[in-house]
Formats: sequence, C-alpha cells, structure tokens
Amino acid sequence: MSHAPRSGDSPHVLLSETDIARALTRIGHEILERNKGAGDVVLLGIPRRGVPLARRLAERIAAVESSVPVGSLDVTMYRDDLRMRPARALERTDIPADGVDDKVVVVVDDVLYSGRTVRAALTALDDIGRPRAVQLAVLVDRGHRELPIRADYVGKNVPTSRAEAVRVQLRETDDVDEVVLVREER
Amino acid sequence: MTVLVRGASLLGGPRADLLLDRGVITELGHLSAPAGAAVVDADGLLALPGLVDLHTHLREPGREDAETVESGTAAAAAGGFTAVHAMANTEPVADTAGVVEQVWRLGRDAGHCDVHPVGAVTVGLAGRQLAELGAMAESAARVRVFSDDGHCVSDAALMRRALEYVKAFDGVVAQHAQEPALTAGAQMNEGELSGRLGLAGWPAVAEEAIIARDILLAAHVSSRVHICHVSTAGAVDLVRWAKAKGWPVTAEATPHHLMLTEDLAATYDPVYKVNPPLRSAEDVAALQEGLADGTIDVVATDHAPHPREAKDCEWASAAFGMLGLETALAVVQHTMVEPGKLDWAGVADRMSVRPARIGRLPDHGRPLEVGEPATLTLVDPTARRTVQAADSLSRSRNIPYAGLSLPGAVVATFLRGRRTFGGRA
Amino acid sequence: MQHLLTIADLDREEAVRILDTAEEMARLTDRAIKKLPTLRGRTVVNLFFEDSTRTRTSFELAAKRLSADVINFSAKGSSVSKGESLKDTALTLEAMGADAIVVRHSASGAPHRLAHAGWVSARIVNAGDGTHAHPTQALLDAFTMRRHLGDLAGRRVVIVGDVLHSRVARSNVELLSLLGAQVTLVGPPTLLPVGVESWPCQVSYELDPALAKADAVTMLRVQHERMAASFFPSAREYARRYGLDSGRLRLLPDHAIVLHPGPMNRGMEITADVADSDRSVIVEQVGNGVLVRMAVLYLLLGGSGAAEEDR
Repeated sequence: MSHAPRSGDSPHVLLSETDIARALTRIGHEILERNKGAGDVVLLGIPRRGVPLARRLAERIAAVESSVPVGSLDVTMYRDDLRMRPARALERTDIPADGVDDKVVVVVDDVLYSGRTVRAALTALDDIGRPRAVQLAVLVDRGHRELPIRADYVGKNVPTSRAEAVRVQLRETDDVDEVVLVREER
Repeated sequence: MTVLVRGASLLGGPRADLLLDRGVITELGHLSAPAGAAVVDADGLLALPGLVDLHTHLREPGREDAETVESGTAAAAAGGFTAVHAMANTEPVADTAGVVEQVWRLGRDAGHCDVHPVGAVTVGLAGRQLAELGAMAESAARVRVFSDDGHCVSDAALMRRALEYVKAFDGVVAQHAQEPALTAGAQMNEGELSGRLGLAGWPAVAEEAIIARDILLAAHVSSRVHICHVSTAGAVDLVRWAKAKGWPVTAEATPHHLMLTEDLAATYDPVYKVNPPLRSAEDVAALQEGLADGTIDVVATDHAPHPREAKDCEWASAAFGMLGLETALAVVQHTMVEPGKLDWAGVADRMSVRPARIGRLPDHGRPLEVGEPATLTLVDPTARRTVQAADSLSRSRNIPYAGLSLPGAVVATFLRGRRTFGGRA
Repeated sequence: MQHLLTIADLDREEAVRILDTAEEMARLTDRAIKKLPTLRGRTVVNLFFEDSTRTRTSFELAAKRLSADVINFSAKGSSVSKGESLKDTALTLEAMGADAIVVRHSASGAPHRLAHAGWVSARIVNAGDGTHAHPTQALLDAFTMRRHLGDLAGRRVVIVGDVLHSRVARSNVELLSLLGAQVTLVGPPTLLPVGVESWPCQVSYELDPALAKADAVTMLRVQHERMAASFFPSAREYARRYGLDSGRLRLLPDHAIVLHPGPMNRGMEITADVADSDRSVIVEQVGNGVLVRMAVLYLLLGGSGAAEEDR
C-alpha cells in the first residue's frame, strides 16, 4: 500500500492498467479458491463499472476452470437515499437465466465506500430470489463505511479522506484502464 | 354645496376653472372662489364629461352575492361614470315595469350614479314572446334601451317585430349577437388555439351572421339597432358598411376586447373567460381602428361580476364575464390614447357623448360649458397604478388585469354638482 | 419534470427516458415479487372525475408496484356543483398529504388548474382532460410501437377517427412528432379541428392510401352520439369510409401493427376480427400502460437527472 505524497491538484494514480489486470486475475483465483470451484457461482455487476469488471472476472474464471453466469443488478430503485437527490435514470438489470436461488452470488462493484450501494444490492436480491450466499468483490476499498458491510475480495485498499474522490476508468466505458485519486472541487 | 374646480384641462384642451353650483356649471374661466365653496385643485388633471356606460350588469335583483346596485354603482363612480345602463338578465328578469322601476329606485337611493335599467326584449329572455316594452318605456325608469343580453334574439321574425315596436317610443334594441346553433357549448374563440387547447370554439361567423342580419332588418324597418360588445374584425367591417349606407346602426366595444387576446386562454384561468370570447390580435387591432374612426361608437364595459366560486374552478364550469367599471378609462388610455389613436376629446365622445345619445339621456354627455349639468369626472392622466383585485369596490373580484400596470387615475366624479367619488379636496 | 400535464412538458430526452425507464420496469416486474420499494411512504391519489376503471386500475397498479400508498377518489364534479368540487377536493387532498395526484376530468385544463392554482403542492399527472391531452396514453402507445418497430424516427403512423374530440390524438401527434415519426391524421372534415393544418402532421380525408405505407395504425373511438350532431350521417357510412375491417387490414404492410386506446366500438371504427387479429397489439397496450405509468410515477416523485454517486 503506497502513500505517495498527494499534490493538491494533479490526480494520483492508484492502479495502472497492469495493476488492474493483476488484481482481477488474483480476485478470480480467490473466488474459485474460496468457493471450491465455479460450480454455483453467479457474478452480478452493479452498473455502471461493476458490469465490465464482472465480465472480466468471468473471462478469467472461464479461462482457468469453467464458465460462470454473469449479469447486472441495477440498485437505483432500492437505494436508501432516493429522497435526497433527483431521481436517476435506471440502468440495466440482467439476471442470468438460471436465477440466483441457492447460488453463491458474487456482487461486483468498482469502489466500496459507505456501503449503501451494496446494502441496496442485498435488498434487491431479496426480491429476486434466495441465494445460498452473497459475497462482495470490489476493485478499490476506500474506507469510510457507514454500514456493517465488508468486501470479501479487494483489488486494493486505499485510505482516503472525504475530500478526495476515487475515479475508476475502464476501457469499456472510458477508453483507458486506470484508477486515480483526485481532490474534489467544492 | 358649491364647488370650484381649479385649473382642469377640459377634455385635454385648454385649462379653466369651473364653478359647480346647484347641479349646473355656472361659471367657467379664471375664477376666484366664492365664499363657502369647496375648492378642488385640478392642476394637472383632465376634466371629462361624466362617463356613460351603455352596458353593465348590476346583478340586483337576484344575484346580490356577486353585486348589488349599491356596490356596482360605487364602482362605476370610482371609474368616472355618472350613468350606467343596467342589463336585464337579473332574477327575476327585468321584463316588466315593476322590475325596472325597482332597479331604477335602488339606483336613485344609492346615489352614486344614475341607473337606467335596460328592459328585456323578450319575456324571461326566452326569445319567444315580446316583453311589455311599452310599459317599461312609460314607467318611472323611462326605459329606452332594450336587450336580451346574455342571450341573442335569434328568431329573425321576433327581432324584426322588436325593432319595429320600439320605434313608437324612440327605443333601441341592443343585440347580443351570437347564433346559438353555432355556439352550443362554446368556451373560447374558435381557431388554431382552441383546437390545441381542447376547448370548444365560438366562431366569429356566429357573431357576424347575426350582425349582418340585424343591420339589414334595421335598415328595412327604419329602426335603430345597437350591437353590443363587437369583438371581431369582420363585425367591424359590417358596421362600417352599414354606416356607409347611412343605416341606423350603432356599435360598442368593451375595454377587454380592445386590449386582451385569446392567448390568455392557454393559462386555463377562467378569469379570461368571457362572452363574446377574447379574440385574435388581428381582431383587437381592427376594433381599435374602428373605435378610432368612429365605426365603433361607444366603449361599454359589459361589467359582469361573478362570485369567487364561479371562477375558482376548471374553465368549462366557470361563468363568462369580467369586471370593467373601475378599469375602463385606464384601459382606453393605455390602448388608444397613449399610442396616439384617440385623443381625450375622442374619449369623451366615445365614453360619454355618444352613449348618452344612444340611450337618449338628456343630461349626460353634455359639453363642459356654462349652463350644462355639473356632471363630470376629473382624471390624472400621469398616474400609474398596478391593478389590485382586492382594491375593487365591486363585490366580485374577476378582474383580468390584476397585476398589470395601467395609466391614469380617476380623482373625483361629480353628478349634478354632487361629488360621488374622490375623498380629498 | 414537476408535473406531467401534456407532452409539451417533455423534451425529446425526457420522453425517451420515460420509455427507457418503462423498459427497465418491464424487467423488474418479470420477477416473482413484482414490487419495488422505491415509493414507499409516498401517497398517490387517483382523482377521477370521469369513470374509467381501465386507466384508474392501471395507475393504481403502477403506484402499488412501487410500494406507494394509493387512495382512489371518485369525485363526480357536475355542472350542478359548479366547480366547487375541484377546488374543495384539491384542498382536502392537500390536507391528507398527497404526494402525487393523478387526475382525469371531463374539462380541458382541469389538471392545469390543479397544478397552478396554488391549492395543492402535490405533483400532478394528467390521466386525461376533456378533449385536450392524455400524455400517458401517448407514452404507452409510443412504447408499444417502439417495441415492435424499433426507433420511431421516420416511422409512419396513421391515426384515424374523431380527432376533433380526441385527447389521445392530440397527445399522440405531439409525442410521435417529438420522436421523429411522421404522423397522418385521417377522418371526415367534420371531425378534424380548425387549425389542424398547423399541427406537426399530415391530414387526409382518405384512409386507404394512408394505410399502404403505414407502420402503425391507431384507431380512435367514434361515439354514436356524434351522429346526432351531424358529424357524420350514419354509422354505416362512417364504418364504410373510415372503419378498419379485414379488407383494409390487407392493405397494410406485413409488419404494421394496429392500436386502439380503448374502449372499442366494435363494428364502428374497428371490426371484431381486426381487433382480435394478430396485427392488433390492443391487449399489449394495456400491460404497457402499467409499465409506462410506473416510469412516470418514479420519475416524478423524485425528479430526473444524474448525480455523482458515493459508495
């Protein structure tokens, strides 16, 4: 875990393209190890960037062992802070054909922060079915949890201040693979 | 009480002092105040002959929740009016000598202005049988103007008979021109806007067709006809044509039709709902031109009070009508005088002289000269006021100009030498 | 978006967002538990001055699927009770704490008054006012067309019938032209409003030529009472000149669909076999209505736009 001096204005790179690739490879192996294979595993990415991350994990798992169902889970309608902001446009929810009943659902997201998004995902899963277990994979854990939620698989732990933002860019959505830390303009 | 009006501009012309004594203008010129006279400083003010409204709804008897003769005439005096013609669509209808005398007496007792009741043309305004026009003419109210206003005398034969019958007592039939078959359920002017807003249309032809018919009837039987609230360019053309022929036709336009257009209906606010409806900008321009060249003889308010609940609802359920007595002069100043289309002498002609003549009122619409009745109104043309519905003396509040800034303010009104409006000397 | 009174309240982006959100609602309601917690604790009132079991239950279902509390207020405001009904009813609902009021009224502009008269602070959704507008119907019609035809830009839609008295026609013309479709209105001259030439669509008195190139046909309800006011001479003549029967159905391109906002006058503007044919998406429209209304309620009782998210 590096603590490079943070300059006020220029973004500080937390993960380069190579770092991201290695982290995902490691997480893919950890998922297989922890669940003793890909058997009942279902990957659900939280839009937006959780979705390409889930797909990349699925590719790696398939390359090593066997294919695993991948989908997306939009949690907008389940958020607990709906009243505090304007209503957002909905993202795509795509549950694989075999559903989630009795499966090990690995929820995939890019950044874990307050934990509210993941809590919304758990509530959403309640209405979809009854998984045997739910695990969480994130690319970056930036701390400041507001709920008792923890990730099972983490690409990188990065202590941050609330005045900073973690910006994840993935080539599927942003043309580059890079995770940077920036100071928020208030 | 003797009153000296000092330094008023007579009809917008040269300034003079006027001595009002025992109901008459006794002196005019540069005067000194006689002992005991009240002095009214009219420096900067205009003096106009008291305004005469040919078309007002005082709602009494029957709809005192909306207006009474007392409140309506108080509003009239505040608007510079010294005589109003009270339309017959009361409850009961003013179709007998009894009812018109009642209204006349209420006006006399209130004392704010002269009330000349208009007699209904047909019994109950039902359009089927002539009312006792002669009895009303001979009553204490001395009715000369007859109208079913609110309704059209749509039966051609009946209209002909009415026009003929009133000749016996120099009466005039004032027609509310609206062909009922073309305007069933109508809500606003028929045009592109009504189609878009989903409000049933009131086409111009429904007004013009009746006007054309009645002009020809009046000419044919040699009787006077007066067209109420002309609202379309086509109607102005028809009246102009009739006058060119020398036919006995007169016409009025309301202040709201001289100023407001149908676009206001897009707000769905029923304060803009009126009959005939607000029309297009072209119609408004034609009415202004018609008033300027005298084709339109008279500005008449069609003051139509309604209780709040009659306007506090969806458009289709709302009553038709707008208040007008207190704002008429300001609207005419705004739409006609300030753009230079009519001068103050012209205003006096359209709002006092001609309506008095049409209504056959001998002591209204007179020149401001020695020997003439001391019936006049003093106006400050430089004032500017934002119209507030709450300030109205009417019992009702359905004013379409609320929040608008309009020019001019009536400072005082005198009826035969007695001040009927204006507190300060 | 504060209220939904007419299609003119929406720009193209907002209209598409409603349709896209409705698509997502479809996915969400495919599950066993057809309920989302999104509007929990919100109160939606159905204020129907005109009878309409179909539209009212559609809105009711939409609100309940989003976990809102629903109150059905069936108020009959007649000309006898001179409009006190609308204002007083509104004040009552405000006191009850309505967050949204879905209103259907026989007077054009009634929802507009509710939204602007200052009687209530709730969001207003127009469920049909007089002959003026019916925005959610237009949205569900467009949603249905989009599902079958894809992007509506350049698509040809024909709307047939009593346009003069139809709020559905007005809203459809507004929305379809907003989405880039080419609309043709067809009917007898008596049933086309004054000024229709200035609407963003074509107008024709003849049905057959319009059908040959249509991608979608919407048949509007024509009431028998219009005959009494001489809008057309007889039901037979109307059906012959403007009714959609199997013969006319064959004139349509193979992919074209037939819509109807309901309720249908079978035998008048549409025959039974056309209504029941496989080109007809009339039943599907009903289901889509719930999805579109869910989307509208969601976007209204929250607003719209994207904000930075924290995790």
